[in-house]
Amino acid sequence: MTQPAVELSVDGASVTVPAGATLLRACQAAGVDTPTLCWAENLTPVNACRICVVEVEGARTLVPACSRVAEPGMTVLTDSPRVRLSRKLVVELLGSSVDMSRSAEFSRLVSRYGAQPERFGPKALTVAQPVKLDNELFVRDFARCMLCYKCVEACGTDAQNTFAIALAGRGFEARIATEHDVALPDSACVFCGNCVGVCPTGALVFKTEHALRAAGEWRESEQTVTDTICPYCGVGCTLSLRVQDNTIVRVTSPSDSSVTQGHLCVKGRFGFSFVEHSGQHKP
Amino acid sequence: MDLRAIAAMPTDAEREAVDGVLGPAGEDLPTGLRAAKTHRTLLLPGLHALQARLGWVSPGGLGYLCGRLGVPPAEGYGVASFYGLLSLRERPAAFAHVCDDIACQVAGAEQLCAELTARLGPAEHLPHRADAPTSATRTAARWMRSPCLGLCEHAPAALVSVAGPEPRACAFGRASVARIEAALLGARPDTPETLLGGEGPRRLLARAGAVDPSSLTDYQAHGGQRALRCALELGPAAVLREITDAKLVGRGGAAFPTGRKWEAVARAPEQPHYVVCNADESEPGTFKDRVLMESDPFAVLEAMTIAGFATGAERGYLYIRGEYPLATGRLAHAIRLLRGEGLLGPDVLRSGFAFDIELRSGAGAYICGEETALFNSIEGFRGEPRNKPPFPVQSGLFRKPTAVNNVETLVAVLDVIRDGAAHYASVGTAASPGTKLFCVSGRVGRPGVYEVPFGTRLDALIQLAGGVAPGRRLQTVLLGGAAGTFLTPDELTVPLSFEDTRKRGASLGSGVVFVIDDTVALSPLLRRLAAFFRDESCGQCVPCRVGTVRQEELLARLATGGSFESRNAELALLDELGQAMRDASICGLGQTATLAIQSALAKFRPHSGAKP
Amino acid sequence: MLWGSNARETHPIFFHHVLKAVHRGAKLYVVDPRRTSTAAWADGWLPVQVGTDIALANSVAHCILDAGLEHRAFIHRATEGFDAYARTVARYDVDRASRETGVEPGLIRRLAEDYARADRAMICWTLGITEHHNAVDNVLALINLALLTGHVGRWGSGLNPLRGQNNVQGGGDMGALPNKFPGFQDVEDPAVRARFEARWGRPLPARNGWTLTEMFEAMERKALTALYVIGENPAQSEADSQHTLELLRGLEHLVVQDIVLTRTAELADVVLPASASWCEAEGTVTNSERRVQRCRPALSPPGQARDDIAILGELSLRLGYDLATPSPQAAWDELRSLSPMHAGMSYARLEELHGIQWPCPDEQHPGSPFLHARLWSEPLLGPRAPFIPTEQVEPFDTLDASFPLRLTTGRHLESFNTGVQSSAYVWPHPRKTTLDLSPHDAARLGVGEGEQVRVVSRRGAVEAPVRLDARLRPGLAFMSLHFPDQVDTNILTINVTDPKSGTAAFKAAAVRIEKLLQPPDSAGRGVALP
Repeated sequence: MTQPAVELSVDGASVTVPAGATLLRACQAAGVDTPTLCWAENLTPVNACRICVVEVEGARTLVPACSRVAEPGMTVLTDSPRVRLSRKLVVELLGSSVDMSRSAEFSRLVSRYGAQPERFGPKALTVAQPVKLDNELFVRDFARCMLCYKCVEACGTDAQNTFAIALAGRGFEARIATEHDVALPDSACVFCGNCVGVCPTGALVFKTEHALRAAGEWRESEQTVTDTICPYCGVGCTLSLRVQDNTIVRVTSPSDSSVTQGHLCVKGRFGFSFVEHSGQHKP
Repeated sequence: MDLRAIAAMPTDAEREAVDGVLGPAGEDLPTGLRAAKTHRTLLLPGLHALQARLGWVSPGGLGYLCGRLGVPPAEGYGVASFYGLLSLRERPAAFAHVCDDIACQVAGAEQLCAELTARLGPAEHLPHRADAPTSATRTAARWMRSPCLGLCEHAPAALVSVAGPEPRACAFGRASVARIEAALLGARPDTPETLLGGEGPRRLLARAGAVDPSSLTDYQAHGGQRALRCALELGPAAVLREITDAKLVGRGGAAFPTGRKWEAVARAPEQPHYVVCNADESEPGTFKDRVLMESDPFAVLEAMTIAGFATGAERGYLYIRGEYPLATGRLAHAIRLLRGEGLLGPDVLRSGFAFDIELRSGAGAYICGEETALFNSIEGFRGEPRNKPPFPVQSGLFRKPTAVNNVETLVAVLDVIRDGAAHYASVGTAASPGTKLFCVSGRVGRPGVYEVPFGTRLDALIQLAGGVAPGRRLQTVLLGGAAGTFLTPDELTVPLSFEDTRKRGASLGSGVVFVIDDTVALSPLLRRLAAFFRDESCGQCVPCRVGTVRQEELLARLATGGSFESRNAELALLDELGQAMRDASICGLGQTATLAIQSALAKFRPHSGAKP
Repeated sequence: MLWGSNARETHPIFFHHVLKAVHRGAKLYVVDPRRTSTAAWADGWLPVQVGTDIALANSVAHCILDAGLEHRAFIHRATEGFDAYARTVARYDVDRASRETGVEPGLIRRLAEDYARADRAMICWTLGITEHHNAVDNVLALINLALLTGHVGRWGSGLNPLRGQNNVQGGGDMGALPNKFPGFQDVEDPAVRARFEARWGRPLPARNGWTLTEMFEAMERKALTALYVIGENPAQSEADSQHTLELLRGLEHLVVQDIVLTRTAELADVVLPASASWCEAEGTVTNSERRVQRCRPALSPPGQARDDIAILGELSLRLGYDLATPSPQAAWDELRSLSPMHAGMSYARLEELHGIQWPCPDEQHPGSPFLHARLWSEPLLGPRAPFIPTEQVEPFDTLDASFPLRLTTGRHLESFNTGVQSSAYVWPHPRKTTLDLSPHDAARLGVGEGEQVRVVSRRGAVEAPVRLDARLRPGLAFMSLHFPDQVDTNILTINVTDPKSGTAAFKAAAVRIEKLLQPPDSAGRGVALP
């Protein structure tokens, strides 16, 4: 069955994409680098960050490329002054309110759009707050949370279906919260860590990684990443093991894996300590 | 679903409150996803029941409600913490929401709040954070500040609710410490009748004040139900034609042609179709829909029935803001009477047409007036707007084709159907036929709801309302609402029509005419507007969530002279911010949150102090 | 249809896929004695009494035939033995089945109808089907349902045993079975054997070897005296563990090759420290959907630990045959030359395609997402698929006045088998083996949450704390087996095995609960009854 195709124009170039494809896909097909922060290929687009906005001829406002479906004959501009201005402001608003320093993509966007988050002044309100340390597996550092919704989606219908966390509150007070803001071990959380896996800003991070970073011993240049298969049940999940000093420091799964679609369970993600060499082959 | 909740047990009262909404608890736990999906729409009614019974939503109560509905408790908490009228921390059964929004601000709300603080103690803040720090000395607060309560003609206003087995809520104007205290003790402070004024034919207000709002017979004696009978005779196609020919457009602010909307829903292949009446009137300075619903509740229900008939819907939802207890009560009563008389139900007027209406209350969230946020709220999700397209006519309530209309729009439908499009267009302008309601408030002699033909000049309307007090000078008028435009005295000749205001870069918005004389300091007013948007942003998208905060900070710097750059640099920054928020925000709230403030800053140099 | 599977906890990522389908409108039925977290997602949960699966399956067939919903064309073209099967299931009317299984008649009918009417339907099962004395019959009963409705051999339809370990399937693929060479080729087939003998240059045994059960039986009669255990912990994972320990202790020579010093290794004469195959070695594993996937070393092994392949090479050399310790890739290529179903799976292709599902006969073949398509080919290729009627037989460990409670066992989300791997990480909740009881039984027995009690079966007794679980029906108790050092659940389980597969009946023991008069001196350690 061949899907009907949609032809449209992106920055003056004609592109053809399958029906139902998003403008983001059309931009990719046209070879246009379209930034995203809250989008991920293994999650439903929420179009919350608005960094991917593009200009569609005839539309009153800009539209989010990540979720807007391409229509025949659309004329799309991805680098117009309006687009550049909005993207710059999105970067500045995020940069002035959230600690985005762990996002390489964000740093790239700062220079690409000439953003100056400091324009909003030294007293600009931020989401700075203490790190939440309430379990031995991962920490929540919400000073880095940009509210991209990825963790909520991964905990919810896009993967884990545990629904331990959700958006709570409203406006600038909006936050990722458990039921009644209780600590994770008291919540419905089953510690699959899929929220950690999709977090783009380092707001959710492995305890091991957090400890190494806190001690100034996190050395990305010395780390290797190796894909292998989980040692537990028969599903056969691909694990990407990030290793420093012959120790596993982070476990993820490739989002294009047909088995995992980027998601793991608690055993696959955290159950590796039995190969940590202090415990293995004790004399 | 294998949902887990924290170990908190509901009290008997909480069980009763929830079971009162959901019916008695069965033996079985809900199983499967589909059952949960169909029940979720009862989440907000359940939260209301808990709030009304206990005065707050406790972990045990929320857990019990979520368990019965199959809603994940974290999501239930996310929904509960979205709404201003719900508290997630224990507080006294009797609690006051005191409006300090623009109309009340110019009527002395700050003075009232100061007096209340002295008398009742400090105001509550962060009621939607269960984990908010509580100081050791803090006693449970008995009141909190509120955005516009829609009683601007009687400003300042307050809403007092008393939780218990028989919960009470009353909203009243002319609020004072004494009246608020009396209400907290169970009294029902009176509020005078709203002044209904205008010029030319009275259509939308034809029955208001003349008819007994609790009597269906009286409604019928005043011509009620005639439009519905006409519609049933005409048939859906002819009804759609009349609405289109009458060039009726929506009065909620967006001015979209009603006929086109209804036709699109009627044509949509997906079933079922829904009709939604948007009665979440929350734009600061707006109270016309409240007055319509309080004084003529059967009219809006009749119009919804016609909308259902024309669009092929069997079910309508009327979503009314939670701050309108009087209107809510009158509508609920009217729906009961209509059902009893066969005017709602499986066979409306024995025509074979089935239609019923469900009344849903908001819980204090301006954003739920945005149509897609309203759908989410009804469905039991956070009131976060959806990206459009798809538009409601294709994918609205429960992702089905939905005709959503504002109260005033619907009431206008009655005249169109009863008297025909041609008669309807006998007043008004060519492009904006008919009459329009305006909410005139602020520093004006006779605040109230005014019905005038489209095209009436703004200065004429203000004169009808008595103008500013003798000896005072009119400083400016905020036209359209918080997302409207400030007009200078020499701009008041503008004819009040969609096309004329648009030409002048303004809009009718929700019909707000907020009059500001020279006693009013503009700066605090602008900062209140900015605070309103910051408070009411749903927080979903970056431009609005952070942008509304930055706008407020910028105004504070301008007001206090704490500008770290020049005023011009600040204005340039606001300009860029406004542009990005207009272009990149998901919904109308963020897109328009800078409009009024930018218009004021462009036209005035507001000082922090009052002008002489 | 998930039958005897708590996939939500035991195969979480597989269940993600199930839930995606459920969100899109697929119907989910779960057959399980417990209202597991899997069952909580189901449109229909069938709370079957432990060990009555055949009665239920046959009754589902009965309902399908009653309603005329069987796939006549498929039965006619691709199966045999239907008439005998129909006669058998005719005796399993819903009322009888409802009495035996405890599932209400309407639910059985609804499942039958939904399963038969579905465009595509899949039956997945796990150890709830196979860890019984009649494991093979249980599986056959499910296969019969698929044949009856034509839900086999088509995309999205089929029968799917969910493998419990990451390479159970791979072990079988590679011939780690007593009767198979790699690629499921029969040991007793001379032509097959000749090919392997030619390739390996040595004569090979012409007879099938022993199953695990047969090995223990051989130990019992001292016909097996030396045992080489690689990556297993039978001292704790076998049913009736006291008896297993005795047998292991009675061996003349025990060699254990493992990554940690397991209980079994503690008994060994020689321990060969191995590298962890999933992260310290190169190789392949095969998952539940027959997908062969690459494992790669991310860590260097500790101390003297060596790759399994190196240890085997060394051992082989000392036994007089030089394997020349090939690289894992070379060993894999040799396998491909001998196993036709793996022939097309070069390392390069496994890499490129993120694993390939067998059979994959050549390097152009994309792999096989499902099997048995031949049943739909025109004309039919190969033999007809047989209906094999099965009959309900009660669990061996019967309930009586002395042992009135049915104990079943299983896994929890965060843990794995005997906990060798999963006990090492810090799960944020308390982890222990509890005796899960329905509140009804607990009240009847006068025991409360957290109370330490003695659980007694015909084989032994353990002490464990009580946990009340409203999801359990009265008469049913549940224990996990993850913490044998704390509570050795397998002291209780019965070592009666299915004669056809050799699997032990971990899922159905008869027990009683005794209140402890005095606090136990050593918490949770078991004692053997005389």
